[in-house]
Amino acid sequence: MTLLERSSKELQEGLHKGEFKLVDLINETYQRIEEVDGDVQAFLALNKEKALEEAKEKDQVPPNERGPLFGLPIGIKDNIVTEGLETTCASKILKGFIPIYDATVIKKIKEAGMIIVGKLNMDEFAMGSSTETSYYKKTKNPWDLERVPGGSSGGSAASVAAGEVPFALGTDTGGSIRQPAAFCGVVGMKPTYGRVSRFGAVAFASSLDQIGPITRNVYDNALLLEVIAGVDPNDSTSADVPVPNYVSKLDGNIQGLRIAVPKEFLGEGVGESVRQSVLDALEVFKSLGATVEEVSLPHSKYALATYYILSSSEASSNLARYDGIRYGFRAEGVKNLMDLYKQTRAQGFGDEVKRRIMLGTYSLSAGTYDAYYKKAQQVRTLIKQDYDKVFEDYDVIVGPTTPSPAFKLGEKIDDPLTMYANDILTIPINLAGVPAISIPCGFDNGLPLGLQIIGKHFDEETVYRAAYAFEQATDFHKQTPGLGGK
Amino acid sequence: MTKLTKEEVKHVAHLARLALTDEEVEKFTEQLGAITEYVQTLNELDTTNVEPTSHVLPIVNVMREDVAEKGLDLEKVLLNVKEHENGLVKVPPILEEE
Repeated sequence: MTLLERSSKELQEGLHKGEFKLVDLINETYQRIEEVDGDVQAFLALNKEKALEEAKEKDQVPPNERGPLFGLPIGIKDNIVTEGLETTCASKILKGFIPIYDATVIKKIKEAGMIIVGKLNMDEFAMGSSTETSYYKKTKNPWDLERVPGGSSGGSAASVAAGEVPFALGTDTGGSIRQPAAFCGVVGMKPTYGRVSRFGAVAFASSLDQIGPITRNVYDNALLLEVIAGVDPNDSTSADVPVPNYVSKLDGNIQGLRIAVPKEFLGEGVGESVRQSVLDALEVFKSLGATVEEVSLPHSKYALATYYILSSSEASSNLARYDGIRYGFRAEGVKNLMDLYKQTRAQGFGDEVKRRIMLGTYSLSAGTYDAYYKKAQQVRTLIKQDYDKVFEDYDVIVGPTTPSPAFKLGEKIDDPLTMYANDILTIPINLAGVPAISIPCGFDNGLPLGLQIIGKHFDEETVYRAAYAFEQATDFHKQTPGLGGK
Repeated sequence: MTKLTKEEVKHVAHLARLALTDEEVEKFTEQLGAITEYVQTLNELDTTNVEPTSHVLPIVNVMREDVAEKGLDLEKVLLNVKEHENGLVKVPPILEEE
């Protein structure tokens, strides 16, 4: 077994026994990247020199001063700012941008002793479901290089699935952690809105965005969330709610857990292999002592339209800052300041970003505001109430993460609405603001499928407990794609 | 609400400070038209008296002590600026030359 196939526990054991040093671990990480990233193309920037230097320093730290994540390698989605390390949001408009401070989550993982390996590819400004809208490269799904890794955190999920890093951070506005986690057969958590500080996460839709962990197993995921969670004076929307010690609650016991299965999540548009894998998963939960009942989330079918209005409106405002003045790309040969703005943005943004900026601007403009933006906010209330109501009687909601396994590169890129429809099962969760995880639950012709477990506000603990129990009872998470001769 | 026109797309692009070619106007009018048509499904719902949700958390005001803290160093702030002089950011002329 290579170092990179080990869990955090196994890695710390090996380090503790002196089997290998952190320098060996980080060296092997970059060797693996060299070996497979030509195919996978998950990374946009590497932090090699600094990472190796840090590993050498950290090797001197005595074992009793090390926490469970100390010295372990992590990849960061390229919309989370890292001081001194280029951060582009996979957009031309931020080419060469060097952040002058660390995001709060970056500060926190550094305090925990983690070593940043590099920055990971994504859909431009996190707008997309396939990582194909990146200005720089197309990341491939490690299970089938002709298919997309999902998005927008496609680089994060693919790098973990490919064994390049055991940990990655992603962001999720409408499914951008969970959908790629499902497509790549890894574990991805979108925490409750407010659980993790958004300070330093480049804003897409501020009322929906959350940072979360992507890992190969549930235990490591919980470990990382515990590190990055918590209130932050730099983010007034981060919640002052105590962060539990998640991993201490992972005992595999879910006797009496009340599971709700929304009929809308297994209905029209959901593929047969996906439906079957969820039904099988429900049998596993029952055998572990959980109860399973069908419920209804009647406003589910309105979530997609609501999301595209709200997220695009917020994006049109958030992305107004890219004007070519203080940082990033600036168009040449312009006549005046207005021309500079228009040309910089025309040349700096890709089509999907432009579409959403225009949709958002339209939704917010005089004459359409009430019919679009306000209407969508009202429907958001109805969607949220659906979830509140179900959670009066149940502990978690379970369903598929995506309607189908990973699709082929190029298959949906020219048809925005078909691409958007891929997120119908993840989007409502962001609108309701509740936490949800995607874990591996099966395969369709060698392509991974994801199970989504949704919890109450700030109850990531129960979500992790359910996910862990399922993982212990199955072995989907132990399978790896056959990359680089493995 | 009716299907978007080319003129509306041009207007929105101007508000959003995006220069579009004629070809792009054509393409975006079609694509945005399909999206705005799709979102009309929300009109099936009666939302009279439904409060809008802008934010899921019950947070209203977040206050802190009004204590001045040191800001970022000028050198850092200017790190990503393409053109600057004496600590000021340079931009092209604001008024078009005749």
